[in-house]
Amino acid sequence: MSGVMKRMGMIFRAKANKALDRAEDPRETLDYSYQKQLELLQKVRRGVADVATSRKRLELQLNQLQSQSSKLEDQGRKALALGREDLAREALSRRAALQQQVTDLETQHQTLQGEEEKLTLAAQRLQAKVDAFRTKKETIKATYTAAQAQTRIGEAFSGISEEMGDVGMAIQRAEDKTAQLQARAGAIDELLASGALDDQSGLAKDDIQSELDRLSGGTDVELELQRMKAELAGGSSSSQQAIEGGTGQSPSQQQPQDTPRFDKQ
Amino acid sequence: MIVRIMGEGQVRLDDSHLTELNKLDDELLAEMESGDEEGFHRTLGSLLGAVRRLGDPLPDASLEPSELILPSPDATLDEVREMLSDDGLIPG
Repeated sequence: MSGVMKRMGMIFRAKANKALDRAEDPRETLDYSYQKQLELLQKVRRGVADVATSRKRLELQLNQLQSQSSKLEDQGRKALALGREDLAREALSRRAALQQQVTDLETQHQTLQGEEEKLTLAAQRLQAKVDAFRTKKETIKATYTAAQAQTRIGEAFSGISEEMGDVGMAIQRAEDKTAQLQARAGAIDELLASGALDDQSGLAKDDIQSELDRLSGGTDVELELQRMKAELAGGSSSSQQAIEGGTGQSPSQQQPQDTPRFDKQ
Repeated sequence: MIVRIMGEGQVRLDDSHLTELNKLDDELLAEMESGDEEGFHRTLGSLLGAVRRLGDPLPDASLEPSELILPSPDATLDEVREMLSDDGLIPG
């Protein structure tokens, strides 16, 4: 890989020993995330305010339409009282048109109200999350700072401080690498020995197997000897055991439970 | 492997996705070198989108070093070029 991702990563790593990078300092990152969350919260709140404003405007329009509608109704009633049926019809037909608008606006109003409730709930949830994040962030930052201070103290004690310069750091890195490789080699040896890893050469496993075969072979000989001794010494006692109801076990049967047996891995 | 999107956080990515991401990453580098600002933004958007889609975000509490690092979504071509210049990400 030679793209931007890799190159940025390499630069970060190369520089990380000289200075703690801002973007890679978890405390800075946490603060930045918190800032972003606050901005998001602000946006959601602004959204709630916008929706509430639109809702208010609709309510005002609705009130106006409704008062116009009742005015037209009164006018129609008066016109009818004066015997002007044509005027009354005109007023009522205008009122019907207004009523249609009122219905439309009421539907819009309901939708907006639903949106507002949803957004308010979202804002409350987000607020709770942001609060929780702030607490967690401060805890992590404190832990990180403490760990960093501890590392600095450790470095000062062992003489590996920044004042030692690049040479000292390079030596330290080389030593770390060596220790890591040694630890890895040791771990691989242990894993091979335990059988958790297969040795591709097949040599290590053969050695272990032959040792196991040798041990289990010896155990079998011992068992055989004990069984024969028991046969010779206690011909009568074996018949006694048979009379006692077969609950007793002969020494050769008991032995496998007491003596550890080696199973193939 | 762990990938950091600067200013956004870290995600854990399965190595099997690297081939797909590499293509976009190389494209991004080519656009950066040729100075194609528009293409750079488009590819960066696709790359960030793919990383977000294919990766699992690491919890905020996790403090793990990143193996790969990507510029923030709003980074300009000049900013990224500066980051990759000899001075690197940390001046001095």
